[in-house]
Amino acid sequence: MSTTSKRLRMLMATGAVGTTLALVLAGCGARAGDEAAGSGTSAKPSCVDTSGSTVKLGFLNSLTGGMAISEKTVSNVLHMAADEINAGGGILGKKIEYVQEDGATDWPTFAEKTEKLLTQDCVAAIFGGWTSSSRKAVKPVVEKNNGLFFYPVQYEGLESSPNIYYTGATTNQQIIPAMDFLASKGVKRLFLAGSDYVFPRTANAIIKLYAAKLGIEIVGEEYVPLDKDDWTSQVAKIVAAKPDFIFNTINGSSNVGFIKAYYDAGLTAATTPIISVSIAEEEAPAMGHEVTGHYASWNYFQSLKTDTNPKFIESWKAYPNSSGVTSDPMEAAYISLYLYKALVEAAGSFDVDAVNAAAKKNTITFDAPEGKVTLDGENHHISKPGHIGQINANNQFDIAWASDKFIEPDPYLEGYDWFPADIRKQLVDAAG
Amino acid sequence: MTKLKPWISLGGIGVFAVLLLAVAPLVLTDHWLNNVGKYCCWAIAAVGIGLAWGRGGMLVMGQGVFFALGAYSMAMHLTLETAGDRIPGFMVLYDPLAPLPMFWEPFRSAGFTLLAIVLLPVIMAGILGYALFKRRVKGAYFAILTQALAVALATLISSTIRETGGDTGLSDFKYFFGFVLNDPANKLMVYLIAAALLIVCVLAVWQLYRSRFGELLVATRDAEERVRFLGYDPANIKLVAFVVSALMASIGGAMFVPIVGIITPAEIGAAASILMIAGVAFGGRASLFGPALGAMAVGWGQSSLGSTWPDGWTYILGLLFIVVILFLPNGLSSLTARFTVRARRGPDVPPTPAIVAAELEEVKS
Repeated sequence: MSTTSKRLRMLMATGAVGTTLALVLAGCGARAGDEAAGSGTSAKPSCVDTSGSTVKLGFLNSLTGGMAISEKTVSNVLHMAADEINAGGGILGKKIEYVQEDGATDWPTFAEKTEKLLTQDCVAAIFGGWTSSSRKAVKPVVEKNNGLFFYPVQYEGLESSPNIYYTGATTNQQIIPAMDFLASKGVKRLFLAGSDYVFPRTANAIIKLYAAKLGIEIVGEEYVPLDKDDWTSQVAKIVAAKPDFIFNTINGSSNVGFIKAYYDAGLTAATTPIISVSIAEEEAPAMGHEVTGHYASWNYFQSLKTDTNPKFIESWKAYPNSSGVTSDPMEAAYISLYLYKALVEAAGSFDVDAVNAAAKKNTITFDAPEGKVTLDGENHHISKPGHIGQINANNQFDIAWASDKFIEPDPYLEGYDWFPADIRKQLVDAAG
Repeated sequence: MTKLKPWISLGGIGVFAVLLLAVAPLVLTDHWLNNVGKYCCWAIAAVGIGLAWGRGGMLVMGQGVFFALGAYSMAMHLTLETAGDRIPGFMVLYDPLAPLPMFWEPFRSAGFTLLAIVLLPVIMAGILGYALFKRRVKGAYFAILTQALAVALATLISSTIRETGGDTGLSDFKYFFGFVLNDPANKLMVYLIAAALLIVCVLAVWQLYRSRFGELLVATRDAEERVRFLGYDPANIKLVAFVVSALMASIGGAMFVPIVGIITPAEIGAAASILMIAGVAFGGRASLFGPALGAMAVGWGQSSLGSTWPDGWTYILGLLFIVVILFLPNGLSSLTARFTVRARRGPDVPPTPAIVAAELEEVKS
């Protein structure tokens, strides 16, 4: 190795780096202080093309990975709703042409596919997501590209975005009714068991605040990662704490391990019942154990007696690859597509800003299987009835409690004086 | 022939640089350019794996750890930059009253963050490597240990939700060292930085492979005891390669954050670490371009085949991996060596020794 060739090499290397740096500096864009900062609008105009006879929509669900078992159903019911809408003439006379993407239970994949759907496939709106983590991965991307995302699952609230519509329950439509129900049952000692991620942590923070107001003592709080099934040691702590009730915010298959440990420890629905917020008609038979007598808090149950529910159940049972039972998240997904249709038809346009302006009039409603829901144009959530169901021997839910009217969505819990105003302010600030 | 070789490699790097830095931004859509940027980050880590595993014989199955050091350093800085004077939003969600965790505080400084991206992996790999190589831990034990570290770190991050964002990870970055990330011009800039860093890393290993250190490293891989008898300490040689590979993984991780916009424990855990290895094995672990191209190919497969055939993609990857390991243990890049040998010697000659010789030549170039 002669020194000349070494120098030459060094030169080449520096040259490459130098050229790149020059290129980089040439590509200077907006700085933090510039006007573009803070505004959610994209520098590029939308590429959505609705001049033809169809409108492209994106469905983004985990078809693989740990959440596939739940999200495939959502994907399926979205396909069913699209078929129904197409059979009825489409949206604004345009047939839905959907692009299905796999989120793969991986949050960066959700972000990547959102970007692909919006900028590559140029879809007018995206429907899907399940975990709060997936929604939080999608949120910055739809905001950046000024797209629309319809999220169909109950969640922890304390969020709002001009680019997201939430058709599942926020906390005051599911968690708070569940706590009211527990208070009405005279519960004094409550144990919190949840998966270790955003939704259970936040839901439990809210539960603790409300419990203090209701005079319910929280006798313990345990978390296990989403992908872990062993609840043995945590259930031992439950047995020792002797609660009247267990509030279960565990999500996914981890529930199976929890239920097993629960019965192995000698607990039963008669002595220490569980109230869940993520076990529905789909999950109840999959627990590997009899779960009769336990409770769940949802807005929709298959057993609801409304005018629209029988037709929904019938269509779903007849749909290919259907599981045969209906549940809250799939009903909320079904709502989301129809809500979008109503929004676009009220706006007379697929344009995102026009759709948001139409929402602001607060006149968008849909005769959902859970009843007639109304969209709140300010916070992009919908009104919902609160229901507590008790699991019967057929793994269906008997309605044990119902709210006397539809509950208006209140994601930041502004109507609840026990929720500290300074925390709300911090959260709103952080979101803005 | 051998005299020409360095110029072939250097020319290859030049072509690679032109493709990444000039052609890709011109022909690709924003979405695909961003994807290629992401593959570049994996490729940077892969180049390091090629050095440690391909040349050094250390099967580093936990590069996710070093990827995480870079990625989370960067992500913490960008999160703080976005939050300004406030506490990051996700922390407020879990405990509104508690202050910012102590270890976040220094990451407010851009200089400290850049230093951390470089120094954290160097220090950690230095200590870890020193302890392991001096005790002559190698082979499967080394591989399992590094893998276990990746699992442990991913679990730790998942379980410290308020401190690290947990399973949800860190996301929603608005600024990148003062630049607005939304701006397409800045997106391009971030891409170019990642692509340029990849070229620099390839140049760096090219230089290393040609140096006396590179020969010692291969010698250590193939006959550690002999190297020891010759008066060298194999532990030091391996340590340098391990530290450099850790540094590259960290740089890849750091660039991954502004490009992808989110980092979660799933991207650094066991599965992610193995996927990095898979790309390297696929492309050819000991060759100059194999690791980078292999990693980019796996990334591309994940984005495009994963879209069209979500259920089938992992099977394809697994099958490819088996085929490559069974029939092309030195990866796809050894195909060229095979063909040149066949062409030169004719197909009748028993191929094995010649191929081995040619592949060795390839390794040394």
